[in-house]
Amino acid sequence: MTKALLELRDVSKTYAGGGLLSRRHVAAVSGVSFSLQAEQPEVFAIIGESGSGKSSLARMVLGLSAPSQGTILFRGQDVTALRSRRDRLAFMRQVQPILQNPFEAFNPLTRVDRYLYATARNLAGASDQAAAEAAADGALQQVGLSLAELRGRFPHELSGGQLQRAAIARALIPRPALLVADEPVSMIDASLRMTIVNLFRDLRERLRVSIIYITHDLATAYTISDRIVIMRHGEIVESGNAREVLAHPQHPYSIQLKESVLSIEGAWNKETALVSSGNREGSRL
Amino acid sequence: MQPILSVSGLKAYYQMRYFGVAREIRAVDDITLHINRDEIYGIAGESSSGKSTLIKTIARAIRPPLNVVGGSIAFDFEAGPRDLYALSEEQLSAIRWRHLSYIMQGSMNVLNPVRRIRHSFVDFAFRHMGLPMPAFLQRVEDHLAHLSLQPGILESFPHELSGGMRQRVTIALATVCRPDFIIADEPTTALDVVVQKNVLGMIRRLQQEMGASVLFVTHDMAVHANLCDRLGIMYAGRLVEEAPTRALFQRPLHPYTAHLIRSLPRIGDDTPRHGLEGRPPSLAAPPPGCRFHPRCPLAMDICKREVPPMEELESGHRVACHAALQGIAP
Repeated sequence: MTKALLELRDVSKTYAGGGLLSRRHVAAVSGVSFSLQAEQPEVFAIIGESGSGKSSLARMVLGLSAPSQGTILFRGQDVTALRSRRDRLAFMRQVQPILQNPFEAFNPLTRVDRYLYATARNLAGASDQAAAEAAADGALQQVGLSLAELRGRFPHELSGGQLQRAAIARALIPRPALLVADEPVSMIDASLRMTIVNLFRDLRERLRVSIIYITHDLATAYTISDRIVIMRHGEIVESGNAREVLAHPQHPYSIQLKESVLSIEGAWNKETALVSSGNREGSRL
Repeated sequence: MQPILSVSGLKAYYQMRYFGVAREIRAVDDITLHINRDEIYGIAGESSSGKSTLIKTIARAIRPPLNVVGGSIAFDFEAGPRDLYALSEEQLSAIRWRHLSYIMQGSMNVLNPVRRIRHSFVDFAFRHMGLPMPAFLQRVEDHLAHLSLQPGILESFPHELSGGMRQRVTIALATVCRPDFIIADEPTTALDVVVQKNVLGMIRRLQQEMGASVLFVTHDMAVHANLCDRLGIMYAGRLVEEAPTRALFQRPLHPYTAHLIRSLPRIGDDTPRHGLEGRPPSLAAPPPGCRFHPRCPLAMDICKREVPPMEELESGHRVACHAALQGIAP
């Protein structure tokens, strides 16, 4: 049997809260299992609202926090058992994060290209500046940018879309097998957003990288993902093929979620309209 | 009927001077619009399109370096016409909250985190209502009940409430005095979709019951489609298109608007969607002519030279685009 790229077995995470005397335990993630295959890269969307545990799950997959129960295996190896620096680095080469807000991901006082060189040196084995620049330029080409455009630029000199693409390029430098993207387009302006969304699909095809795409936005998830899971209160309530689940959700929560999505087409449909007001026909001027 | 708000040729710039070098950011540049009584007027735009500066300027909530450089803003409240910029601070505070109120994005920034909700209502609304305290609190409780909130939440602290409840409390705060004009700045952006739909429905219902006017700002086109009567689209500090909501979505005339609508992903629709190349321009050095021309698929020579005038091409449908003026559909 071939090893799965990533496998979560009954993963739970509880946080302790409250004071010393009123200790409370909050289950952020409970009993989550899924796996991504190594042979067939896919965009795997985790959908949930605030408090559903989707970001806690991302942190655990990235090895940033340990599950309270259950195991996370990456290529058959337990992620939490990586103790030595060598193992940790090897894992980081394979699994790279992309964060929500690119303006927070980059230090505002550091030139953007420096980040790319540092990643090339630390994770991709670039031994000198020329090799680091070559690695950075190669990764930037993958996302439709070039080192010439970015060299010496500070984060505020780039648009949100450019900066997020630079963040994706940085993650691609060590040639990872898995990208974990937590709400990567929610801070990006509408006119630039689809460029980033399309880029993820494109990277899956060209570089054969798997992507865990975490979002609350069902419409974007529909456009981008192959498989999805819908989470609520730390549990998976529904999972499967993205198109099927979003077109015909079965679980009551998934149905409610889908019905709550405001659409342009639904705005003038009497059944789905926000309020039954007859005066939005454009006659009142 | 007179519109409740008439904005004409409004220019508001951030004017700074560093080491003797003057720098000007033209966040609101020559905007003319009016808002009718009893309607929800939406403003859509991306970050740094000037939409927040516009509402700050309209509410006279500005301070240097933001200055009004030109144009006029005239309100016509139930109590009579007012020019906010001609009033003293005292007169202004009598109008704020009573006639002109706000619903903000971050409910935590409105509610004092260390005081009970009741104090926020007393601080904001008590002096405007002219009622003795018991009657005032009764009025507040009735209003909360109307928004499906228990009277008990008056004794809660903000952190004890969920995000959706907090946002409903801020809506209750903004509407308890039955103002004529409400400015809502991204009030549902931070909420989950299920809650968002409830809160939007509530804003719509209150607006209709009170006959108030709402200026509703968000970047989310789906929210605009579902809520607003009329919609204005801002790009780089200018209003580029304005129309009744349905007309705007069915037949956008400006290429930027058309892109915003077409690029929205939809469940069940597999046609590929694309982003726009380039980025919104810097407002400190905007491109000459039409500010959208470097990114516009329809750009012509004239677009690089001349600022397109805002023209009413169809009834109530205004657009500032050279191509649209020549009848070229985006």
